[in-house]
Parts: sequence; C-alpha cells; structure tokens
Amino acid sequence: MTPDDPKDPAGQHETVPGTSPGASPQGGVVPDSRGEFTPVRTDTPVADPGLPAHQWRPTDVDPKLEKRAERQVAGMFVAAQVFVVLFVVSYFVFDIGGDGDAILGLGASTVTLGLCLGIALLLIGVGIIQWARKLMGDHEISEMRHPARSSDEDRTATLEALRVGTEESGIARRPLIRNTLLGSVGLLGVPAVVLLRDLGPTPGEVATEQPYEGAGLANTVWADGMRVVRDVIGTPIRAADLEIGDLVNATAAALYETNEEGELVLEGTERLIANSKAPVIVVRMEPDEIEDVDGRENWTVDGIIAYSKICTHVGCPISLYERTTHHVLCPCHQSTFDLADGANVVFGPAARALPQLALAVDDEGYLVAQSDFDEPVGPSFWERG
Amino acid sequence: MRLLNRTAGRLSRHRRRPVAGLLVLLLGLFATGTFYAAFAPAQAETTASDAAQVEEGRELFLIGCAFCHGTNGEGVLTESGTQYGPALAGVGAAAVDFQVGTGRMPLVQPGQQAPRKPVIYSQDEIDALGAFVASLGPGPAVPEESEYSVEGLSAEEQEEAVVRGGEIFRTNCTACHNFDGAGGAMPRGGYAPSLKGVEPKYIYEALLTGPQSMPTFSNGNLTPEDKADVIAYLQESEEQPTYGGFGLGSMGPVAEGLFAWVVGIGGLVGFAIWIAAHSTRSLKQKGTTE
Ligand code: FES
Repeated sequence: MTPDDPKDPAGQHETVPGTSPGASPQGGVVPDSRGEFTPVRTDTPVADPGLPAHQWRPTDVDPKLEKRAERQVAGMFVAAQVFVVLFVVSYFVFDIGGDGDAILGLGASTVTLGLCLGIALLLIGVGIIQWARKLMGDHEISEMRHPARSSDEDRTATLEALRVGTEESGIARRPLIRNTLLGSVGLLGVPAVVLLRDLGPTPGEVATEQPYEGAGLANTVWADGMRVVRDVIGTPIRAADLEIGDLVNATAAALYETNEEGELVLEGTERLIANSKAPVIVVRMEPDEIEDVDGRENWTVDGIIAYSKICTHVGCPISLYERTTHHVLCPCHQSTFDLADGANVVFGPAARALPQLALAVDDEGYLVAQSDFDEPVGPSFWERG
Repeated sequence: MRLLNRTAGRLSRHRRRPVAGLLVLLLGLFATGTFYAAFAPAQAETTASDAAQVEEGRELFLIGCAFCHGTNGEGVLTESGTQYGPALAGVGAAAVDFQVGTGRMPLVQPGQQAPRKPVIYSQDEIDALGAFVASLGPGPAVPEESEYSVEGLSAEEQEEAVVRGGEIFRTNCTACHNFDGAGGAMPRGGYAPSLKGVEPKYIYEALLTGPQSMPTFSNGNLTPEDKADVIAYLQESEEQPTYGGFGLGSMGPVAEGLFAWVVGIGGLVGFAIWIAAHSTRSLKQKGTTE
C-alpha cells in the first residue's frame, strides 16, 4: 500500500482498508467436541487481516469544520506574530534589570520578554500540531520490511574482488613488506605519545613540584609560624579571645600578605590555588573532650583545634558544624567527621579523616601553624597512595 | 566623702582665722550632705530593684524553667546520664533574651529541634529571667541597639558594611543557613532556621550565644562590627527583588528540581499525550455526505 495523497479523490480510499483478501483464515482455532478451543497446527500462516476500516475525522467530512480548523491554525500563527512584535516592543520599552518590583516582584522586562517569546513559540508549536491533527492526511499505511541480506551474486562478487586485491598486492606472499609496513605505522604512535606527554606536567609533578609556594597537590601555603587568620576578613586570631563553642572559618595569613604598595602578594592563579587548599575550620571545645591522637599531642592550644576545611571525599568546603556533637557535615554527600576524635569519618562516603593543622601561639598570643599539613588535603589522587 | 574630708582637713591646716575654719566645716558638711542626697539613695534604689528583678526572675524560673534546667539552673541529667536540660551558669542574659524572646523556650518537649513559637513571656518578664540567669555566672549581656545597627553610618559606609557582611555571611553562615538565609536541614531531623524576618537583636544574640547546636561567634571570633555587617547584609538581601523569577523559597536545587520535574516535565508529558492522542472521529464516510 502507498501513502495516501490528501488530494486523492475520496472514492479511492474505499479500496484500501478492511477489504484485504483472505479475511477468513484457512487455519486457526476451532472448538473441539467439548466446546473448548485448542490451537490447531496448520501449514499456512495466518492470512493478513489487513487494516480496519478508516474512520474519518469531523474535519474530513464536514467542510464547515474544516474551514474552522483552518482558521484556528492560521489564527495561532498570527497570534504568534503579534507576540513576537510585542517581544521587540517590550525589549525597547522596559528597562532591562530595572522595575524590579513590577509584576509580582519579578521585574517588568523579565516577565514581558519571557512571556512574549514563550507564548509565541508555544503558539507556533500548538498551531503545527493542531494542523497535523485536524487537517493533514491521517490515513493508516503499511510499509513492508525488506531483507537486509545482499544477494548471493553481490556477495560472491565482493569476495572475489577482495581475493583479487590480496593476490595482486602480494601482501600475503611478501611478509617482509607487510611486516615493515606494520612496524612503521605502529611506530607512528610514538610521536603522538611524546607530544601528548609534553602537553602538561606529569601527574607526579602535579602532586609534588612547587614552582611557587604552595603549588602541587601535596602541599599548601601553610608553613611554620604562619598566622591563622579569619577567612575573608584577614585578621589574626588571638587564642585567648576564643570561647568554648566558637567556630572560626580561617585560612593562612599568606593570602592576606601585602607588599609595600599595599597590594596582595599572592595574585592570580597562585592565589586561587592557595585559596583552594589553605582553608581550615578552627573550633574551641573543652580540652578534655578532645580524644588523643598519637603523635598529635601538642597540636592543639587550650582546646583550640584546626582541621582542613576541604572534604576528603571530592573536596567540597565544609563548615556545617554542630557545636553539641562536634560533628562537621559535608553538604555535598553527607560525609560526617568527628572533630573531637581526630576528625574521623563517622558517616558518608569519605574514606579519610580531615587532615589536622598543628597549632601553636606566637609571642603575641595569636594562633599560628607549626608547619604545613602532614598529608595532602582534599580528595584522593592517583599519586597520593 | 573621704576625699571631701581630706580636702577639708588640708584647708584647715592652712587656716588663718577660726571663722574660716568654721566656714570650711560648714561648707564641707553642706557639700557632703548634698552629695549624699544626690547619689546614695539612688544607688540603694537600683541595687534594690536589681535584687527585686533577680528575685522576680527566680520565681518565674522556678515555675517555667526549673523542671528541665534545675532549680538553680544547674542542669538536669536523665537516668541514663544524658542531658535533659543544660546547665545555665555562664550563658548570660543574651541567651535568655534569645531563647525566650523568640518563643523557643520554654520547650513543649525535649527534642532535636527547639522551634520558634509564639512568645509567652512579656519583655519585662524576659528581662527578669535574664537577670536571674545572668546572676548564676558571668555571660554575654543583652546587646544595645548601637551594637548591631549600622544606622549611624553614612550611606557609603553602610554599603561597605553590606558588602563585607555578605562576604562574612557566605563564609561563616551559609553552610547551615543556606545562601539566602532560608535555613536548611541538619543531622538527625533538625534544621537550621530561616533568618528571614528575624529581628537584628536576635541574630546578634544567636551569634553571641550559639543556640542549640549552632557554634558560637563570640566577640573574639567575629568582632561586634563584623556581626553588625552580617545583619546589615541580611536586611539588605531581604529587600532585594527576585530578579529572573520566583525564588521558590530560595531552597536551591530541591525546590527547583521539584518544580522542573512536576511542572516542566509534567507539562511536556501533557503535550506528548495530546500529540499522540486519537483525535475525534466521525461516523460519516467521506464522499457520502458530499
Ligand atoms: S565532597 Fe564531602 S562528602 Fe562528597
């Protein structure tokens, strides 16, 4: 059967549906003596019952309805044009970003631009669908499936062509040529590897090399005697001023160091890299609440303890701290660390405790680091081990 | 008074005539009397009223708070040794003003969360409770308005305060209270409350005292100016219009995802059903009516 041409004279459709030959199959299901139906094997397959009779839509049979649907579709397309024009008008009439309070507090420009363009696109889409549903031909058609296998002649011809090619090139008879060709093409991979390797530092270099202070995944800008300062404020923290229960989001003083002109010493990429690894959370709790961790006996100052703020799972900054339980919770995947117990993981996907920053106080009573972290901060990486 | 007497004594050593001595004596007596009249009764009155306030607070405390916090605010432990009501020595009047002034205390029942409720004490009663709790041990006092307001600053300084406050807020507060101060979920069924519409005094007191499981931001942690800046930022951000559409409570991906799935994808499903739905059919045959 062929797709119907909507302009076909109506009478031609009558021959298509519901009139396929063989509507009464030769094989099939017949009731047995007890009146039950059992499938009976037959040699002939079930005959094609054909398509059921086509049912017409009101718009197919009633010219008045057809006209109306036509007007509806055209009306939607015209309305879409109006909204496109309105879009342009409101673009020029309303201040972009201004009138923030107009129209439900959403801003006149935002609302009118969005609504005009949205409605215009919607009307075009709805119009097209309406057109297809009401007016375009909707006759059922069948398309036959064709076998995917090539003909036998084509297959033998292809194999023959291949055989002749192999024969004439002599690739099978001359292994010397074949092997040297394979060798040379294979060796072409080496320049690619060499060039790719040179595109950046090796993973090992990324981990440890320090072209500038604090570079490398294994290092941070923290150093012996560097003051702990409040993050974004930049002021040092006097140990005696902190009270039990305090949480300070802090970072390394190097980030706020300025030169004689008052400009920040760390700038650009170096600053971003330092900023991504240096942050710590400093909390003060009752000194006897802190569980001892071997080798870290002198890392706290009167119950003031500092841990890296970078989650060891995939590196989100964490400071959701519960004063009563001493737990910090990572907002990304809910890893929970117990700051009173070496920041061990008590819940969640993180595999390692938060690295601890060894604290001390300087002569003026301000908190300082004893050294850089003794392990890399943040998530695992290949070379970390 | 001792100072006056000494002054009188010194003068008397330099006196030239007995009349002068008498005059000085009279003058001294007069001055002493005036000074005493001016100050002494007033002092007596304030201490008396302080004591009365503490006493009034103690009575209120015994009725409303002592069940969980103990008759002397020493805290109550459960049989299994866990805290029923925490000890209150040292929490200060600021903590009382926050907890009772926002209706959190007295609790309906102990639990993970102390929700904000209608306030049941008058401000005078809250002050009295605060005075009593403050008398248990030194703690932060209720802040003066000048401490948490940026009113007195010039417009430019206020703008700077808002910008700085925003930075401090995003570094220290957003982990629990959400990027817009809309609050968020906490472990074991608790939540960090929304900061919208909270009076500046209570934000300041919460920072100072760390209610429930919130860490404290004492003045050695964030200076009073830092705290005032955060409050200025919060007030400013509340007045901002939601450019670009409905904020959906500023709850972030959960609310927005729900909206996208229900309204957005739901709408698309609706259109898909409409496109594929069988359209109305007629019983008439084409050609027969024409
Ligand atoms: S990044 Fe912290 S739990 Fe995944």
